[in-house]
Amino acid sequence: MGPALRLVAQRLALGLLLLLMVSVVIFAGTMILPGDVAQSILGQSATPEALANLREELGVNDPALTRYFEWLFGVFRGDLGTALTNNQDILTSIVGRMQNTLFLAFWAALISVPLAIFLGLLAVRYRNRWPDKLISAVTLTSISIPEFLIGYVLMYFIGVQLGWAPTVATVYDGMSLGEKLHAIALPVAVLTLVVLAHMMRMTRAAILNVMQSAYVETAELKGLTMFKIIWRHAFPNSIAPIVNVVMLNLAYLVVGVVVIEVVFTYPGMGQYLVDHVAKRDIPVVQACGLIFAAVYIGLNMVADIVSILSNPRLRHPK
Amino acid sequence: MSDPLVKVRNLKIGATVYPPGERPRDIEIVHGVDFDLAPGKVLGLIGESGAGKSTIGLATMAYGRGGVTITGGEVWVNGRDILKSGLRDVRNLRGGEVTYVSQSAAASFNPAKKIMEQVIEASVEHGKYSRSQAEERARALFAKLGLPDPDNIGNRYPHQVSGGQLQRCMTALALCPEPDLVVFDEPTTALDVTTQIDVLMAIKDAIRDTGVAALYITHDLAVVAQVSDEIMVLKMGDMVEHGQTDQIINAPREDYTKALVSVRSIEHEEKKPTPDPVLRVQDITARYSGTKFDVLHNVSVDLHPGQTLAVVGESGSGKSTLARVITGLLPPRAGNIDFAGRSLSPDLAGRTREDLRELQMIYQMADVAMNPRQTVGTIIGRPLEFYFGIRGSEKRKRIIELLDEIELGKEFMDRYPAELSGGQKQRVCIARSLAAKPKMIICDEVTSALDPLVADGILKLLLDLQKIEDVAYLFITHDLATVRAISDSIAVMYQGKVVRYGTKSEVLSPPFDDYTDLLLSSVPEMRLGWLEEVVAHRKMESAGN
Repeated sequence: MGPALRLVAQRLALGLLLLLMVSVVIFAGTMILPGDVAQSILGQSATPEALANLREELGVNDPALTRYFEWLFGVFRGDLGTALTNNQDILTSIVGRMQNTLFLAFWAALISVPLAIFLGLLAVRYRNRWPDKLISAVTLTSISIPEFLIGYVLMYFIGVQLGWAPTVATVYDGMSLGEKLHAIALPVAVLTLVVLAHMMRMTRAAILNVMQSAYVETAELKGLTMFKIIWRHAFPNSIAPIVNVVMLNLAYLVVGVVVIEVVFTYPGMGQYLVDHVAKRDIPVVQACGLIFAAVYIGLNMVADIVSILSNPRLRHPK
Repeated sequence: MSDPLVKVRNLKIGATVYPPGERPRDIEIVHGVDFDLAPGKVLGLIGESGAGKSTIGLATMAYGRGGVTITGGEVWVNGRDILKSGLRDVRNLRGGEVTYVSQSAAASFNPAKKIMEQVIEASVEHGKYSRSQAEERARALFAKLGLPDPDNIGNRYPHQVSGGQLQRCMTALALCPEPDLVVFDEPTTALDVTTQIDVLMAIKDAIRDTGVAALYITHDLAVVAQVSDEIMVLKMGDMVEHGQTDQIINAPREDYTKALVSVRSIEHEEKKPTPDPVLRVQDITARYSGTKFDVLHNVSVDLHPGQTLAVVGESGSGKSTLARVITGLLPPRAGNIDFAGRSLSPDLAGRTREDLRELQMIYQMADVAMNPRQTVGTIIGRPLEFYFGIRGSEKRKRIIELLDEIELGKEFMDRYPAELSGGQKQRVCIARSLAAKPKMIICDEVTSALDPLVADGILKLLLDLQKIEDVAYLFITHDLATVRAISDSIAVMYQGKVVRYGTKSEVLSPPFDDYTDLLLSSVPEMRLGWLEEVVAHRKMESAGN
């Protein structure tokens, strides 16, 4: 087995191990959350007997270890449990929510990743001149403002004053793609503004770093055009850092949209999670946490694997 | 004489410098240089760093590296002034009519692409050859340059071949589009001395066989004497002397050229071994943690008080590892080290402050061995405080004495390392190690990064200080001329073993073992025809190939 394959296998194993450890943390974390689910279901006027009965029924009296393993094996079988508050199967509820979250993240990524790389290349081309400085200033400003504030500001100007896009991004089955896209225009814009700066600056830095290397000078002295130098010689050597930051931001788009989903009342995973945290619905919180962790670890693992595979020293050992 | 291929007139080149704490300003680094180069001729450009030789070489491709711009004059190539040419014409010139071989092929090859792709790129790009014609031509060049397995080496990635081989691949890259002129910019400087010969010979043959003209840039006069028809000596951006190679080497007219030709004129009479060595290294075997092979095998050497032991070998021979073992940075697997009559702890943690004080070290890269935010006074004063507790006016007095010893005045006390030249930095490092009043100093390639004249000054200083302070040097180097100049005894290392050891006169007198012979014969000599003689008489191949 080549060193590249071995490293990839190592990453995969490490990713799974990490996910297992995260599941312990999530389970332990939700255990120490304050509040009592029986109380929140039955309300303040419930009798102590009713509360005790319900707790027995929900299984919250079993030892923590037993409940952890029951939960874990359930997850392996694809059973995330049932929500305590409405007795619905969590998996079924999550699938629809997840689709919505991925839909939002997909379109935000589709716009922000190429835009960030393009702006990064533009900044390299006009390094230290006004286009570079303008791009840096705008993207840094947008990343420095809290996202809910950008959300409300855009909502006010574009949604309310101009009326170009709806301020509530509700999507439901039966909407056409065009209608859906119109509905999510504002959240996508906010997300793009939030993730743009990182990716653009990393692209700029990575390509600039490579552009100073001796082999780019060699390419220049071969009489190649600027475009061919960047495309053939600079880009293949700056893939790893760019992919890394892109993946981090994609993970953020899936995992970090809680605030945006709440601001725009978008029916995604974030909304779902926030609702059920308020209701002390532990199994739902655990399931959401695990899925978020899996997405995060998975995307970062992809970034790691891409950097390993883009290194010729690992692909072609001596 | 036919029309010159290259005609340079009153070439002026400027650069923007960014001095610390000041506004950026423009300076001129080449002040009006003229030369002609006929087709098929080789012109050597020689000078120390800062002479502007690489800058002039790149100007024949209308290229300025970094913030360098060509500010005036004319550069005619193939009958047109390329400084007035459009971008498209300049692109056709670069990689088509004029090509470039850099000092570090390892850095100049794109690590993500196969060698063949990069070698033929310019030829295909400029439409000189089709892809398959270019590949065929590249394979022929690989064979001509003596590369192993010329049919397949192009399918490898740059990290899969050795440094000497890659430098030949770079030469193939430059010759592939059948240029009229190749600019060789220190093509053998980064190579081991034994590898240098093979690459030099390959380049020389290739130049002769293809009839290409060349600019050969180097700081080593002995090297340029082997390959060039004419030599131009440069200093600080001005031409000093320009003549036939024979005249420059054998009858230099200018004082500066004479100094370059006669560099390394140090005479040092060897001292006899004493019964009580200050350092006795016995049967040291060492390996780096996590590896499965020893990098040192049963190494034993002695260093006598007030004398110099030169440890010489190529890169990878284990000479720097030996220094790491002696300093305690790498505890050996076997063997022991006696120092000043006592046994030294194998690892650093077990050594006393007295051990540390008496065994000092000077490094190759003086500028990274000093804290850039401390003044020279602080740097030299630190060991005085640390080992002797000297403070206040007495410390100041001692620092000034040390600055005098290294031939810098007390005005240097308040300067920062960035304000010193390379040679001055190395002097400060020497003063810092002397401040500890050591019995022995390990000098690890201390002159390798310096220009020949500056290096010569450092070596003279070290010898003078040895007389005054009675300090012993363990002198690690790959440069045999330095070894000849300063050592009392010599250990030749090869693949982790000491292959020859004794006093200087013993080691440097025949009969030689094959490796020492190879090493000694590889040192470039400043006479015409030396290269051919050496290649004809070699007994073994260099490890770098």
